[in-house]
Amino acid sequence: MANMSLKKVAMPEQDPNVRNKNFDEVALGYTKEMAMEEATRCLNCKNKPCVNGCPVNVPIPEFIAKVAEGDFEGAYEVITSENALPAICGRVCPQENQCEGKCVRGIKGEPVGIGRMERFVADWHMANAKPAEVKIEKNGKKVAVVGCGPAGITCAGELIKKGYDVTVFEALHKPGGVLSYGIPEFRLPKDLVAKEIESVQKLGVDIETNVIVGRSITIDELMEDGYEAVFVGSGAGLPRFLNIPGENHLGVYSANEFLTRVNLMKGYKFPECPTPVKVGKKVAVVGAGNVAMDAARTAKRLGAEEVYIVYRRSEEEAPARLEELHHAKEEGIIFKFLNNPVAIKADESGWVNQMEIVKQELGEPDESGRRSPHPVEGSNYDLDVDTVIIAIGQSPNPLIRQTTPGLDTQRWGGIIVDEETMKTSKDGVYAGGDTVTGAATVILAMGAGKKAAAAIDRQLQGE
Amino acid sequence: MYKIVKKTKLNSLVELMEIHAPYVARKCEPGQFIIIRVDEDGERVPLTIADYDREKETVTIIYQIVGYTTELLSKKEEGDYVEDFVGPLGQPSPLHKCERVIGVAGGVGAAPLYPQLRKLAKMGVPVDVIIGGKSAEFVILKELFEEFCDNVYIATDDGSLGTKGFVTTVLEERINSGTKYDEVITIGPLIMMKNVVKLTKEYDIPTAVSLNPIMIDGTGMCGGCRVSVGGETKFACVDGPDFDGFKVDFDECMQRQGMFREEEHQCKIGRGM
Repeated sequence: MANMSLKKVAMPEQDPNVRNKNFDEVALGYTKEMAMEEATRCLNCKNKPCVNGCPVNVPIPEFIAKVAEGDFEGAYEVITSENALPAICGRVCPQENQCEGKCVRGIKGEPVGIGRMERFVADWHMANAKPAEVKIEKNGKKVAVVGCGPAGITCAGELIKKGYDVTVFEALHKPGGVLSYGIPEFRLPKDLVAKEIESVQKLGVDIETNVIVGRSITIDELMEDGYEAVFVGSGAGLPRFLNIPGENHLGVYSANEFLTRVNLMKGYKFPECPTPVKVGKKVAVVGAGNVAMDAARTAKRLGAEEVYIVYRRSEEEAPARLEELHHAKEEGIIFKFLNNPVAIKADESGWVNQMEIVKQELGEPDESGRRSPHPVEGSNYDLDVDTVIIAIGQSPNPLIRQTTPGLDTQRWGGIIVDEETMKTSKDGVYAGGDTVTGAATVILAMGAGKKAAAAIDRQLQGE
Repeated sequence: MYKIVKKTKLNSLVELMEIHAPYVARKCEPGQFIIIRVDEDGERVPLTIADYDREKETVTIIYQIVGYTTELLSKKEEGDYVEDFVGPLGQPSPLHKCERVIGVAGGVGAAPLYPQLRKLAKMGVPVDVIIGGKSAEFVILKELFEEFCDNVYIATDDGSLGTKGFVTTVLEERINSGTKYDEVITIGPLIMMKNVVKLTKEYDIPTAVSLNPIMIDGTGMCGGCRVSVGGETKFACVDGPDFDGFKVDFDECMQRQGMFREEEHQCKIGRGM
């Protein structure tokens, strides 16, 4: 008989007023006992709706059954048969819209804590497992992967297991893509990202950092060098701005710049690490997605007294995960919904001192299906701020499309692919992740990387 | 890791390094830049490419010791390695054939100007150059420019070499001398480029400038290097670093360059420099 508790076993967390001053991980993870108890809430449904909700089809009930038995290494093997990065997915997947969103237990009460158990299993493995010798028979074919983020790592991991020689080219000095530069330490510890990447490297994947495909080398040149297929997982790295007056004032950052300074360059350790990041007393973050929450919570941790989320729609339309909104609120972030910035003002020295905002009201749903905001006439006001962080989305970087003849892209820059195979308009070139979809989730990128790996294998095996 | 195959001191503050960096050396063109990180946890610092050797797969950088990272770099010797060296970044300079071009360099700005003028000379364009510096000691690359420039003019603040005064003084003299210049390329401190542009605007001589704002990744990801050009926001790293000088908002550039001034100071002090 399953454990019929309506609630998930609670996740231990750092106290909000302690954690909003440090960069340590917020959620502390299950103990063995907690994981085993949570595992007993799974009904082991026959039709496995949770698996259908998972972009990489992890056999969820099977791994949970192993957790219930206390066979954590067995559970790890089940998960990693389909997902190479479980410690990361257990932390940053939007489970509420995926596996847990489909869980039958969620109809009455909370769904099974699949993400929490996945995280536990991955962490347990890292702490306890002995590295196993893996023997892979090589097939003598070379594949190049562009970008060492979630899509690229997954694609590389799948292909190496099938016997290909795989080289991943990364533009930055560190692998991980958005996992390294974007998602903060308190949500995804960087040593854990490094370990998951190492596990793929141990299988034989070669990662070359400091190579910008499109500048250091082109896709055509890679193919001339003997790579028989190329997977492009170069992400959505180009920050969008609001295009309002004053955006170039001092103290205005893109979320990318702000988070990169802190995460990749370790600006929170300044001056021990020499890349500075400057945060004032009153910070406005524009946008309400996960990146906006990351930026706001980071600013708070760097000592800002008041941190606002300024968003033109209402809370209901906010694209951030519920957990992120919840954590941000707990940590004292102030939400200004239905507020749209129209100008950024500065003092004589050029530093930001105010943001002009127009209040909004909701009208009819727009093409995104969300109710569109309209300005309330005469509601303009100035909010005192000394730092502004723009977190309204990112587009794919143009370098690859500019330097790859024959690669068709959308007008907004996304690479066009066949959704079944992730094949692009250019022979032998595949793409997936944010560079195809625009900024989305880690797990969707991983799913795309996996699909592309299967298609590349089929092509190169002449099927 | 990238090996320093040669290091030379050009004067008390400026040094030259040749670094083994095959990807950059194979592809780079005049006007492009690289990003260097001296050690683990180090800053990413953009430096314009001064020269390259495709066969030896080396890239030459010339830097002035101004802050924490350049001081750290200066401690490295021939045979040592730097942690990261990535590029080429930015667009190559849009050099084209014309009647006569004059380059105007200030301080280490002579370094990125050098490959541009050399390429123009190879294309058959007659070139002159004005090199400015605080004093004779800080005028760099004079002999190298002399190899292909028809005329090399010098301006120093103290008059220890060439004309006493600014590069703009010499430039105005040249323009008024009757020599017709189709184009000016100027690289140096922002205030110098601003003044050069002010002058060339009066004479309506198209002027290219090369910007080197604060940036992190150099690939269009951070947007820290944004600059207003003709009223539009451009990213110097991917749209530049060369821009039409007539359209650049230099005052904004100068403000933005100072965004982390306090921190730059704090970093040197905090780390005992």
